[in-house]
Amino acid sequence: MPITVRIPTPLQKLTGNQAEIAAAGSTVQGLIDDLERQFPGIKGRLCDEQGKLRRFVNVYVNEEDIRFLKQEGTPLKEGDEVSIIPAIAGGSC
Amino acid sequence: MSYIKGLRCRECGRLYPAEAIYVCEFCFGSLEVDYDYDRMHGVVTRALIESRPQNLWRYRELLPIDGDPTVGFHSGFTPLYRAERLAHALGVKELYVKDDSVCHPTLSFKDRVVSVAISRAKELKFDTISCASTGNLANAVAALAAKAGLKRTIFIPADLEMGKVIGSLIYAPRLIAVEGNYDEVNRLCAEVATRYHWAFVNINIRPYYAEGSKTYGFEVAEQLGWRTPQHLVVPAASGSLLVKIWKAFKELHKLGVIEAPQTKMYAAQAVGCSPIVTAIETQSDIIKPVKPKTIAKSLAIGNPADGYYAADAIRETGGWGAAVTDEEIVDGMKLLAQTEGIFTETAGGVTVAATKRLVAERRIPRDESIVICITGNGLKTQEAVADHIGRPIKIKPTLESFEEHVKEKS
Repeated sequence: MPITVRIPTPLQKLTGNQAEIAAAGSTVQGLIDDLERQFPGIKGRLCDEQGKLRRFVNVYVNEEDIRFLKQEGTPLKEGDEVSIIPAIAGGSC
Repeated sequence: MSYIKGLRCRECGRLYPAEAIYVCEFCFGSLEVDYDYDRMHGVVTRALIESRPQNLWRYRELLPIDGDPTVGFHSGFTPLYRAERLAHALGVKELYVKDDSVCHPTLSFKDRVVSVAISRAKELKFDTISCASTGNLANAVAALAAKAGLKRTIFIPADLEMGKVIGSLIYAPRLIAVEGNYDEVNRLCAEVATRYHWAFVNINIRPYYAEGSKTYGFEVAEQLGWRTPQHLVVPAASGSLLVKIWKAFKELHKLGVIEAPQTKMYAAQAVGCSPIVTAIETQSDIIKPVKPKTIAKSLAIGNPADGYYAADAIRETGGWGAAVTDEEIVDGMKLLAQTEGIFTETAGGVTVAATKRLVAERRIPRDESIVICITGNGLKTQEAVADHIGRPIKIKPTLESFEEHVKEKS
């Protein structure tokens, strides 16, 4: 069972309008590299020139923000669900 | 008579059409409305604004709609007044309260942003309005969407204060209580938004919605006699309000309506959720998300979307920030009530307490003008203070009983 990646609307043009992708990788970093192999250009959207995730890109592994885990080094296993979500506003002020 | 040119990425500057989109496809930066200021110049004047009814639409050229507004004809233009007694308590000379605890119709500044969001969503032909909310936004969306005759589905964290739940349910939205904190509700909504063609005011309508906050800043300047204060203290959750008030001042200046603003901007947060203040205090370029733990639930956003821009505005203006404890928040609410007769919600307590701290720490000088932003009403968060304000004196309906108890107390 591969890892399921949920793709946000702004990136679905790159994935042929697929909202969910099956991908592989032992870490978030590896997963992004695999996405790039499947959909060339996607890494450039998610990461800056140094290969770090852009500051407005939020990545969640099984609903947990990877900034509370090990960032790009967060380990992944078969069956994990990964969501890529742009930063969003809200709340009171 | 639209002044909207389109949307522009705040990070990389790419341009987009003024549709229901909110994020740059290339760098994930958020999109912001781009106006034709050149054409506004000489049109938007003090005289024009002052000739209009006292609601948020008196600044309509600077708001992102093409045609006429749909709702919000009684929202905004809330009181701004000199708070002598609070000033005395804080030991400062010139203090003003801008009081959105009485904003029409749902008693928070969210009536402003939602009025703009719904008016724009109608122009974009949506029939359903939605949002992720800590409560105030839910109330405003539920009420104003009802008024606009639109369907409404609202997502809230399941542990919200009862006043905010009832304050939404009365308008008969589909109210979804999510077992999780606000950041989790928001993440869920972002995913729901990709599958349903709804106007999520704080997601796909965000570029328009957020502009509504500027009206708070326009009013502060207008009500001070077309000038800006030297210091302005704003409660910060996503950080958007602080950013937009500063933008409002700059826009008025750009159009020649006011002098160049010299205001220093300050963020007020709770200790249990202070990612923006922490970034300011540690002079960090990173806004590190946190897991919120505070009674100020309307500020409990651990992952503030506008945190970077709020920190930028604070640094640009030479302001600062303060994070206060739950105890200070309750004391702040009581102080505002007992000096100025305003019952604000927990977020207002945060603002008062943070102002007190900033003055005590000499971040804000005692002899310069200060505006504090009160954005919501205390009747919605009664649980926060219920155990800290004493009890009624119970007596029998006799003069004897009255005198016995009152004497006892005095």
